[in-house]
Amino acid sequence: MNKPSSFLSTYDVLRQHGVERRDFLKFCVTTAAALGLEASMVPKVIAAMETKPRIPVVWLHGLECTCCSESFIRSSHPIAQNIVLNMISLDYDDTLQAAAGFQVEEIRKKLIKNHPGGYLLAVEGNAPTADGGVYCTVGGDTFLNVLKETAEHAKAIIAWGSCASNGCVQAAHPNPTGAKPIHQLITDKPIINVPGCPPIAEVMTGVLTYILTFDALPELDRIGRPKMFYGQRIHDKCYRRAFFDAGQFVESWDDDAARKGWCLYKMGCRGPTTYNSCSTFKWNNGVSFPIGSGHGCIGCSEAGFWDNGPFYQRLSNVVVPGIDATPNTIGEVLGAAAVVGIGAHLVSTVVNKNARKIHASDTPPASEKGE
Amino acid sequence: MTTRVVVDPVTRIEGHLRIEAMLNDSGHVGDAMSSGTMWRGLEVILQGRDPRDAWAFCERICGVCTTVHALASVRCVENALGVQVPKNAETIRNILFLTQMVQDHVIHFYHLHALDWVDIVSALKADPERTATLAQKVSPNAEKASPGYFRDIATTLTKYVDSGQLGLFDNAYWGHPAYKLPPEANLMAVSHYLEALKWQKEVIKIHTIFGGKNPHPNYLVGGMASAIALQSDSAINIERLNMVKDLIAQAKQVVETMYIPDLLAVASFYPEWTQIGGGLGNYLSYGDIPQNGISDVATFKIPRGAILNKNLAEVLPVDPADAGQVREEITHSWYEYSAGKDALHPWEGETKPKYTGPKPPYTQLDENAKYSWLKSPRWKGNAMEVGPLSRMLIGFASGRTEYKDVVTEALGALKVPATALFSTLGRTAARGLETRLCVYWLQQEYDRLITNLKAGDTTTANTVKWEPSSWPAEAKGYGFTEAPRGALCHWIHIKDTKIFNYQIVVPSTWNASPKDAKGQHGAYESALLGTPMADPKRPLEILRTIHSFDPCLACASHVLGKDGRKLSEVLIRV
Repeated sequence: MNKPSSFLSTYDVLRQHGVERRDFLKFCVTTAAALGLEASMVPKVIAAMETKPRIPVVWLHGLECTCCSESFIRSSHPIAQNIVLNMISLDYDDTLQAAAGFQVEEIRKKLIKNHPGGYLLAVEGNAPTADGGVYCTVGGDTFLNVLKETAEHAKAIIAWGSCASNGCVQAAHPNPTGAKPIHQLITDKPIINVPGCPPIAEVMTGVLTYILTFDALPELDRIGRPKMFYGQRIHDKCYRRAFFDAGQFVESWDDDAARKGWCLYKMGCRGPTTYNSCSTFKWNNGVSFPIGSGHGCIGCSEAGFWDNGPFYQRLSNVVVPGIDATPNTIGEVLGAAAVVGIGAHLVSTVVNKNARKIHASDTPPASEKGE
Repeated sequence: MTTRVVVDPVTRIEGHLRIEAMLNDSGHVGDAMSSGTMWRGLEVILQGRDPRDAWAFCERICGVCTTVHALASVRCVENALGVQVPKNAETIRNILFLTQMVQDHVIHFYHLHALDWVDIVSALKADPERTATLAQKVSPNAEKASPGYFRDIATTLTKYVDSGQLGLFDNAYWGHPAYKLPPEANLMAVSHYLEALKWQKEVIKIHTIFGGKNPHPNYLVGGMASAIALQSDSAINIERLNMVKDLIAQAKQVVETMYIPDLLAVASFYPEWTQIGGGLGNYLSYGDIPQNGISDVATFKIPRGAILNKNLAEVLPVDPADAGQVREEITHSWYEYSAGKDALHPWEGETKPKYTGPKPPYTQLDENAKYSWLKSPRWKGNAMEVGPLSRMLIGFASGRTEYKDVVTEALGALKVPATALFSTLGRTAARGLETRLCVYWLQQEYDRLITNLKAGDTTTANTVKWEPSSWPAEAKGYGFTEAPRGALCHWIHIKDTKIFNYQIVVPSTWNASPKDAKGQHGAYESALLGTPMADPKRPLEILRTIHSFDPCLACASHVLGKDGRKLSEVLIRV
């Protein structure tokens, strides 16, 4: 990291704030746990916190709804206050900044000039490119220009949320403002995509603290997402997966199956095609996640998810356990033969008899019998 | 000579807002322009989609007032299709609504507005002992009011400032003559800034329980997706309900022992702000918190109505479906309407952007031309203010006891007359008083849910009209709510089971709207008129009044939803 000598390490600052070493060590352990690190890595976290300076961060807002900022301040470990006061120097963020107007733009320009290559750029939202960029201006200039100007000397870029990572709602068809995600506009900087609408709070603070702790960018997958948070599908870790495997599905809102917490695949759940940590970390310090509260996943961290709807239409390309084909393919084959009157998606239920037997005591929901 | 003060970006708000204020010779604001500088085109994007999906798109209008657009949207589709939601769904939605109101209002006060009144640098001079005495005086039941607690915060603050990395607090207006709080009050407020930051992530878990996540919890046309099954561990059960109950109790504690005492303490140092920032004097509320279905307006806890010219003796009836009431103009907005049209009811609304402003980068906008991405909604031709102040005044003027009690109590505590409400400070105070009512109602709604469950009703969704095959070929509907920032309404036109037209008129569009054809200012602009500016280069006074509305520009410009510099003019960019 490029360390301006005037900057203090996290531990220096914590010590100055009257935080005792014991509490500091506890904090390091929590952080390590939040990052999913083994106990043997804790000393490394401590060493990093003791020696790393507070790195300046510029947090820009383009076309967005500020849900990423709101999610960020919901983080439980570490809490946002710790990050903002002790771990980074959040020098520019129009949502929270005390100053306004010229004074705040001056801060951004000074930082670019005085710390080239020494600050992180966090971008929430994306840039409209149609009609000369007039659909979003800041301080009289286009957001596109502000973004390019700030990105040029940034050390790395964190693209917060689906807007910055893959376009999100304003880029949905017909994308009237020509909104483009950051990686399509800035091509000469390391960019970490942290998709989700918004991303989970602890994923956001996890990405940031990983960089600060290990002095390295997280390992990314082929589309720029940290592997540690986006490596697996929600479906793979879903606590309702057993019901999917057993062919037990919610058929209608608030039916018996919904009350028993059966699989939401038939209600349009995008868990099978969505890579995110919702089913493992859950939301708001582990309280729940969409499927846990009875609504299917809408796939909000996947590129183009707004145009992959309608949301309540079940996915047609999902392989159902026990058979090497998708429900629709089976439907086409069997539907023509003997199973007339049973919908394609139910075929898997019938075919997968072994799974059915395990739950023989459960009565199938009424609607399952004759769709 | 005119001095033009430009504030862009206006910070500590949601979204992108630009204010240009023209000062007269005496240093007061003589004219003002409010410009929304972002447009995302959601109304265009919604066309042709499944109406049942609309809530998810609409919710992404704003992540700060998350939930409110989803609520307005499902109500809108339900209205069009004639769907009644089950009692439990109505109550759960009320609980989510009130949770949002409480959380959002507290965040606004501490994290978006407080620094307009609280000088952080002055807090460094505070004596922790005296701060503790002050804290105990303003709030005898406060949990944390010891000298040690305040000494810790003061140490944190001092070291932070000494580090030389001021972060969010750099280059601000510390020491400005308009800051009036003594150091101890400043330290107390800064401490509570941090407390509120920790608390807001807790109360919002109520959204996670019923909606699966926050920001952007899940809604459902016809009810709520979170099934209730008291004998199951896989639905809303006693463990979930207990968590909700505890979070409500915690919210009540925070509001009553921290937010309200802080609000009254800060307000008592700024009596002059009861004379500044009054603005239009016209107030609008659609009402909310239904008790017997969304069509039984009389039972709403937040009443519906309109007040014109500060006349509290008369509350006028409001109907979002009446084509003669809410109409949007585009005289000063970067849009075009079909030939011959000038003001449109949202069911006939059009959203065709046409930028005619200066080519960026620009230094100023032209008040005589089009200057904003916001349209100008008007009610029966009147510019209206919406938000907590409007709701409190309409509740008060409607003779609702709950409203009268909290308003009278607060006016008594501050020793000011009722007319003090028509001001910047009145707006800020009204938000706090409304929060008091909201935590009280939150408990009531929780109790209502339990009562209904006790009676054996656990239904949460009405699926009779779920399948599009059950819909008519064509349907129109509207769905409203009272968002934290004010009256919000969505209008839908469904054709052949798809969205044919979707129009949204949001609170910040009412408040931040540009002038209309008659030259009537929007609420922000009007409220800035006459504001004294001590130092035009540090526009603290402008920020106070603008922040008192709690601007939300992603909403306002949602969706939607030439450099004419005079020779005798000095331009100050702030």
